[in-house]
Amino acid sequence: MLVLIGILIILAGFLLRFNPLLVIMASALATGLAAGLDITAIIAAFGKAFNDTRYVSIVWIVLPVIGLLEAYGLQQHARTLITRMKGATLGRLLTSYLLLRQGMSAVGLTSVAGHPQTVRPLVAPMAEAAAEAGNDALTDGQREEVKAFAAATDNIGLFFGEDIFLAIGSILLMKGVLEGYGYQIEPLHFSLWAIPTAIAAFLIHGFRLRRLERRMQKRESDA
Amino acid sequence: MITLGFVYVLAGIGFALFALLGLQDRSNSKRFGNAAFWGLLAVSMLAGDRLGDFGNGLLVLALVAIAGTGQIGRAPGGDVPAGVQTERAARHGPFLLLVALIIPAVALAGTFLFKWIPGLADPKQATLISLAIGVLIALAVGMARLKPPPLLPLQQGRRLLDAVGWAAILPQMLASLGAVFALAGVGEVVGQLIGTAIPEGSLFGATLAFGLGMALFTMVMGNAFAAFPVMLAAVGMPLLIKQYDGDPAVVAAIGMLAGFCGTLMTPMAANFNLVPAALLELKNPYGVIKAQVGTALPLLAVNIFFIYLFAF
Repeated sequence: MLVLIGILIILAGFLLRFNPLLVIMASALATGLAAGLDITAIIAAFGKAFNDTRYVSIVWIVLPVIGLLEAYGLQQHARTLITRMKGATLGRLLTSYLLLRQGMSAVGLTSVAGHPQTVRPLVAPMAEAAAEAGNDALTDGQREEVKAFAAATDNIGLFFGEDIFLAIGSILLMKGVLEGYGYQIEPLHFSLWAIPTAIAAFLIHGFRLRRLERRMQKRESDA
Repeated sequence: MITLGFVYVLAGIGFALFALLGLQDRSNSKRFGNAAFWGLLAVSMLAGDRLGDFGNGLLVLALVAIAGTGQIGRAPGGDVPAGVQTERAARHGPFLLLVALIIPAVALAGTFLFKWIPGLADPKQATLISLAIGVLIALAVGMARLKPPPLLPLQQGRRLLDAVGWAAILPQMLASLGAVFALAGVGEVVGQLIGTAIPEGSLFGATLAFGLGMALFTMVMGNAFAAFPVMLAAVGMPLLIKQYDGDPAVVAAIGMLAGFCGTLMTPMAANFNLVPAALLELKNPYGVIKAQVGTALPLLAVNIFFIYLFAF
């Protein structure tokens, strides 16, 4: 029961907006001590895990390319492209991206798109331009919301597409865990049961994107 | 054969150059902190396997100390003026888009190529290796045609990374915290707690507890993978599958997706929720989560209903 102290530290730390890196380290130390580990063992365990998960941080190698292209006006070009396209509304644009991201993830291509690779240089500026096409400039609050929805759409497309792919980590995990209980299940069965939720995710988020589009057509500078 | 080691070397060189360029940026009052932070990350990428577990642990403590005491920050300005960007966009626009699409296109092509032709690259890491190759190709093509000052891509990349700041390693830190939680047996304790909270004899109650438990525990851990074995052991296996004879494939598959709904609502899933907010320079660090809650909650309800409908 005492090991739950780490969760409390995380909750309190995030709520009080302490630096998250400090909060994580404090939580790891407290949890390890509560479980009876000594401090060097906790530091070593954390260090080993940090080294084993370095692949999580290699996505930043795309930044020099994005930096170069943005300095030469990639975001402006993405905007121009959208304003020239007739009928490219905010809702249609993001719904198409949602479908594309779900489809690509469903065939296992999860790392092809993402926040540094596609959302910041392309999807977010395109969404802003689509929201402004034939209308006034967005207010600051609206611009923030449009960008946040561009990122949200990427996440939702990824999460509710990837589980349809047979060889994704989560399916292998489910297969492995159920095998431990003596159930032999083909990966295909897990994949097929991910489809109803994928459709529901597309309908729910697509509906919200339509409502976002309507909301962004009004310019009321409310405080 | 190309392995993930090649990508780590590339990332290590990148972070080392960011550190050196940062050190020279006198307009940044926190340049020493920045240089130390990205420099340590470069050491981790280049030599992490030789530092030993405790050595890596000390490296993490140093990173936390630098960021936690507010020693890293970004220099003001440095943006290419909007007018210049617009003028350049008119000249190079279609080419820029082409270069931007090289990265996903190479990632796509490489993933298939490395699986068809074994021996070229580690097939398990095909996409990450292809992504890195795509970055190198895009950079070469862009430099050849645009002929920018040689350091421009690195300087602009560094500015973007400085804007993200310490949040850049938050996902890796949270993944490591998950490992310590696992070592301490946090999952089993939470599972037992949720297991005791279920009303007896109610199939819907058990389904609800399983779905909500997946989402809540995922929010705490930031990862549905950590929640799944725990919730399956506490509720899914003894009640839904054994007692009520539910289809294990449905319980597992849709239960996992209920967990993904939790991922959309938690700052603990930093790479999906907090890092993009920093990357898009949102004022509210929780802006992306705010945009996602309205989809996550109804979808969670749908998932719980789907388990109830399809599993029994």
